[in-house]
Amino acid sequence: MATKGKVTGVIANMVLLAVDGPVAQNEICYIKTGGDSLMAEVIKINGAKVYVQVFESTRRLRIGEEAEFTGHMLEVSLAPGMLSKNYDGLQNDLDKMEGVFLKRGDYTNPLDEEKVWHFEPLVKAGDTVKAAGWLGSVEENHQQLKIMAPFGIEGEWTVKSIVAAGDYRITDKIAVIANADGEEKELDMIQKWPVRVAMTDYREKPRPFKLLETGVRTIDTLNPIVEGGTGFIPGPFGTGKTVLQHAISKQAEADIVIIAACGERANEVVEIFTEFPELVDPHTGRKLMERTIIIANTSNMPVAAREASVYTAMTIAEYYRAMGLRVLLMADSTSRWAQALREMSNRMEELPGPDAFPMDISSIIANFYSRAGYVYLNNGEAGSITFIGTVSPAGGNLKEPVTENTKKVARCFYALEQDRADKKRYPAVNPIDSYSKYIEYPEFADYISGITGEGWLEMVNEAKTRLLRGKEIAEQINILGDDGVPVEYHVTFWKAELIDFVVLQQDAFDDIDAVTPLERQQDILNMITGMCRAEYKFEDFEDVSSFFKKVINLCKQMNYSEYKSDKYSSYYAELTELLATRQVAND
Amino acid sequence: MATEAFQKIYTKINSITKATCSLKATGVGYDELATVNGKLAQVVKIMGDEVTLQVFEGTGGIPTDAEVVFMGKAPSLKVSDQLAGRFFNAYGDPIDGGPAVEGVEVEIGGPSVNPVRRKQPSELIATGIAGIDLNNTLVTGQKIPFFADPDQPYNQVMANVAMRAQTDKIILGGMGMTNDDYLYFKNLFSNAGALDRIISFMNTTEDPAVERLLIPDMALTAAEYFAVEKNQKVLVLLTDMTMYADALSIVSNRMDQIPSKDSMPGSLYSDLAKIYEKAVQFPAGGSITIIAVTTLSGGDITHAVPDNTGYITEGQLFLRRDSDIGKVIVDPFRSLSRLKQLVAGKKTRKDHPQVMNAAVRLYADAANAKTKLENGFDLTDYDKRTLAFAKEYSDKLLAIDVNLNTEEMLNVTWGLFAKHFKAEEVNIRKEFIETYWGKV
Repeated sequence: MATKGKVTGVIANMVLLAVDGPVAQNEICYIKTGGDSLMAEVIKINGAKVYVQVFESTRRLRIGEEAEFTGHMLEVSLAPGMLSKNYDGLQNDLDKMEGVFLKRGDYTNPLDEEKVWHFEPLVKAGDTVKAAGWLGSVEENHQQLKIMAPFGIEGEWTVKSIVAAGDYRITDKIAVIANADGEEKELDMIQKWPVRVAMTDYREKPRPFKLLETGVRTIDTLNPIVEGGTGFIPGPFGTGKTVLQHAISKQAEADIVIIAACGERANEVVEIFTEFPELVDPHTGRKLMERTIIIANTSNMPVAAREASVYTAMTIAEYYRAMGLRVLLMADSTSRWAQALREMSNRMEELPGPDAFPMDISSIIANFYSRAGYVYLNNGEAGSITFIGTVSPAGGNLKEPVTENTKKVARCFYALEQDRADKKRYPAVNPIDSYSKYIEYPEFADYISGITGEGWLEMVNEAKTRLLRGKEIAEQINILGDDGVPVEYHVTFWKAELIDFVVLQQDAFDDIDAVTPLERQQDILNMITGMCRAEYKFEDFEDVSSFFKKVINLCKQMNYSEYKSDKYSSYYAELTELLATRQVAND
Repeated sequence: MATEAFQKIYTKINSITKATCSLKATGVGYDELATVNGKLAQVVKIMGDEVTLQVFEGTGGIPTDAEVVFMGKAPSLKVSDQLAGRFFNAYGDPIDGGPAVEGVEVEIGGPSVNPVRRKQPSELIATGIAGIDLNNTLVTGQKIPFFADPDQPYNQVMANVAMRAQTDKIILGGMGMTNDDYLYFKNLFSNAGALDRIISFMNTTEDPAVERLLIPDMALTAAEYFAVEKNQKVLVLLTDMTMYADALSIVSNRMDQIPSKDSMPGSLYSDLAKIYEKAVQFPAGGSITIIAVTTLSGGDITHAVPDNTGYITEGQLFLRRDSDIGKVIVDPFRSLSRLKQLVAGKKTRKDHPQVMNAAVRLYADAANAKTKLENGFDLTDYDKRTLAFAKEYSDKLLAIDVNLNTEEMLNVTWGLFAKHFKAEEVNIRKEFIETYWGKV
C-alpha cells in the first residue's frame, strides 16, 4: 500500500510531512489541497518527518492536508513523438495546457498515445538483447529512432516474440523478452527513467575526438568543441551569452538539439518558439524545430522545477544517444540551477558553503557534466551528448563557486568579456583566456587534419600567438604612445586586429556572416595567415593603420558576401591589388 | 477590515520580532492574510500549530494579547475600469479621497503566463530619445530598468518616456518614493491631461518599508486586468526596485535566513524575476511593458540588486553626465536593449543596426583617444576626428533632451559620419554606403 503523509509545516515551497510508512529519498509525492494536486520531491528524511520540495506554489496549503507517495523517483517518459515538443521542467507538454496562464497542479502527458508509428523490427524471435539493445525502429521527422530494450535491465535477454513491421501506437505491445531465469517482460515503445540517475547502458566512453561544427568561427577555428564534448560559457549580463547559445543551437551539426531554458527569460524561449519552426537546419535543409526539444522553466516558474529541468533535459539526451544519435544539449543557465539548490539548502537550514551555496555544489556540477560524452554502444555504433552550459557569474566575477566548479569539469571555456562587448566586438569571446582542451588531444589532431589538411593546427596556434602578441603591444602603445614604439610594433598590432575583425568577430544577425561552414573557415584562416606572414613596407605608424583598416574593410565585405559569389571574388581581387601595393616581395 | 461572524479570533501571541509575530492557530493557509489589532499581516511560515505572521507596517505597539483574525485569502485587488485615474496605497485602498473601487477581487501575485502562449514582442515603442530609440530600441512586452545613481534625473526621463510612448494605460508603482517625487508625478500626470489613463500605487518614504513588497504585484495585477481583459497596451513604471529589494532583505533577516551576497536573501533572483517576467506580449494584442528604476550605489553594478536585475531584464539603460557637452546622456556603452533586434532594421530603416553599431564603435575609438590625450600622448589625425565626432554625436543624439523620429536619428548619424570620416573607416555594408553616404 502506498505511503501517506500529512502536512505539518510550510515554509515557502518547502513542506514538512508526517508519514505513515516507508519513504525513499527523492521519491515523488502529491499533496492534495483545495482541489489541486501538488507534485513534490523528498529532499530530507528524519524519522517520520519528511521534508519535500514542492514543484508549485504552496499558497493556501494547510496543516493536516494529505499527501500520497508514488513509490518512484522523478522520472521522464521516453518514446517516439517527443521531437518539436515544448516541455516544462517536469516534462509536462506545455502546448497541451489550456489557457494563457499556467494553472497550479496541471500535469499533462508528455507523449501522444494515439499517434500511430510505422515500426520496423530490427531483431527476430530467438535473438538476444541487453539493456538499451535495439529492437526496432520508427521514423520521426525524417530521423530513424530506435525502440530499445528497457534501460537498466541486467544481463542478456532472449526475444520471445516481436511484432511484424506495421503501424502501432506507442502503448501497443511490440515484443516479449525473457531472461535465463524465465522472467518475462512485455514491452511497448515507452521507456521510463529516473532523471537523477545516469543511463550507462553502453560499452565504453572513449575520449571524444570528432569536431562538432558550429559555424561560429571563434569556436570552430580557434577553440573547437567536439561531439560528446563539454563546454561552458560564463559571462556578465549583456555580453551575448544567449545570442551565442542560440547561434550554436541553430547551426551545430547535431541530429537532436535539446535546449534547457533554465531560470531564464521567457521572451528568449518565445524567440526559439517563433524562429525555430521557420529557420532551416543548414546541414539537412529541414526546419530546425524538427530536431529540437525545448525544456522551458523560465525564471518565473517554480524554483524546484527549475532544478529538475536540467536533469529532465539530460535524461532525454541520453535516450537519443542510446539510439546512436548525435545530441547537443544546451543549458541556459546553470547558475540558476545552482541558485535553486541554494534556496532549498537555505530553507533546510543546512550550513552554507561559499556564497551561501550548498557545500556539495562542486560534486553536483561535476556529476552532471560527466553524463555528457561520446560513447560506443553495445552494438558497436556510436552516439554522443555534447553539453554546453552557460554560467551567469554574480557581478561578472569569475571567482565565484559556480564558475570555479564548472571550470574544473568542462573541457571548453568560452569566456565572454565585458570589454569586448562594450566595444561591440561580437561574439565577445575573449580569444586569449578561452580554451579548448580538445585541441591538445592527439585523437583530435588526427581527425581534424584529415579534413583540413596538415598545417591547420599550426595556423590556429599561430593566430592565437599573434592575438596575444597584439594585446601585449596594445598595452605598450597605451603606455609609451604611438611614436614611442617602433613601426614594426604597429604592424604586429594590426595583424592581430586583422585576425580579430575577420576571424573572431561575426555578425549573428547577418544572414550570410552568421554561419561560416568549415570549408569557408579554412579559406579565411589560410588567407589571413598568408597576409600575416607576409611583410609590408610602411612610412610611419599612421600609414600602417590606414592600410590595415582598408584590408579589414575588404575582408569584412567578403565575410558579408555569399561564398565564392561574383561580389566575393571582386572584393578578393581588390584585396589582392591592395596587398600588392605594400607587400615586400617574398623570395 | 470587517470581520465576519464565524471567524475565529486569537488573542495570545507567543513571540514578536520587529517585523513578525507568532501564535498558535489552526486551519490557517500559507500566504493567507490576517489582521493583528487591525494591522495587516501575512502568513510566512507554518510549523505544526505555530503560525508566523509578517506584519506589514511593523510590530511596534502590538501587545501579546492583540486580536488576530485570519481572512482566509491572499492579498488581493478589486479590478475594473474604475481603477483608471486613481491613486492607491500598497493595499489597493484609495488615497486620493475618492470612493472605493468596485470590481472583481483578484489575488495578487497570480500565476505565470504559459511560455508557449506568449507572443514574440515586435512593436516598437518610440520615445524620441535617440540614446534609446537609435541605440537601445524598446519593444512592447519588454522589461528594462534604468540603472542610475540617486542624483540622476531618472524619474524625469522615465516620466518623459511614459508620456511620449503610445500606450493605453500607464501604471506607476512607487516604492520608497520621496513625497516630492510623488507630487512631481502627480502634477505631471494631471497637467498632461492624461490622468484617466494613469493608475498609481504609492508607497512613499513616509510609509512602512515592508508594505512596499505589495506594490509591484498590485501594479501588475491591475496591468494584467487591462492587458488580458481589455487587450490594452499597458506600460508599468516601477521606481525604485532597490528599495523593494531592501525591504526583502529586512524580512529575510527577521526570519533568520542565511543571507547571500550583499546581505540580500538567496532567493533575490527568483523574487525579482517573478515581478519582471510579468512583462508579456499577449497574442490577443494586449501587452505589459515594464520600465523600472534600480538605483545604484556609486555606479556599482556588481551589487546583488543591479546584478540580479541585469540577468532578468531585457537590457538596462544607463544615464551619465557628459562633461564635454554639459548634458545628461544615455550611455551607449553600458546601455543595452536586448529586444532591439526584433525591431531595428525590421520596423525601422534597414541601415539601422549597422549605423548604430558603427557609431558606437567610433564613439569607443574616441574614448581611447581621450585616454591617450589624458596620458599626454600626441593624437593622430584619426584620433582627433573621432573626438570631434564623439562630441557632436553626444550632443545631437545621446543627450536626453533630444526628440527626433528614428529616420531623423539615422540621417543625423550619417551626416556625422560623412563630416568626420572616410567611408572605409566606418565598416558598413557597401549597399548602405552607396545609398546614404553624404546623401542624407
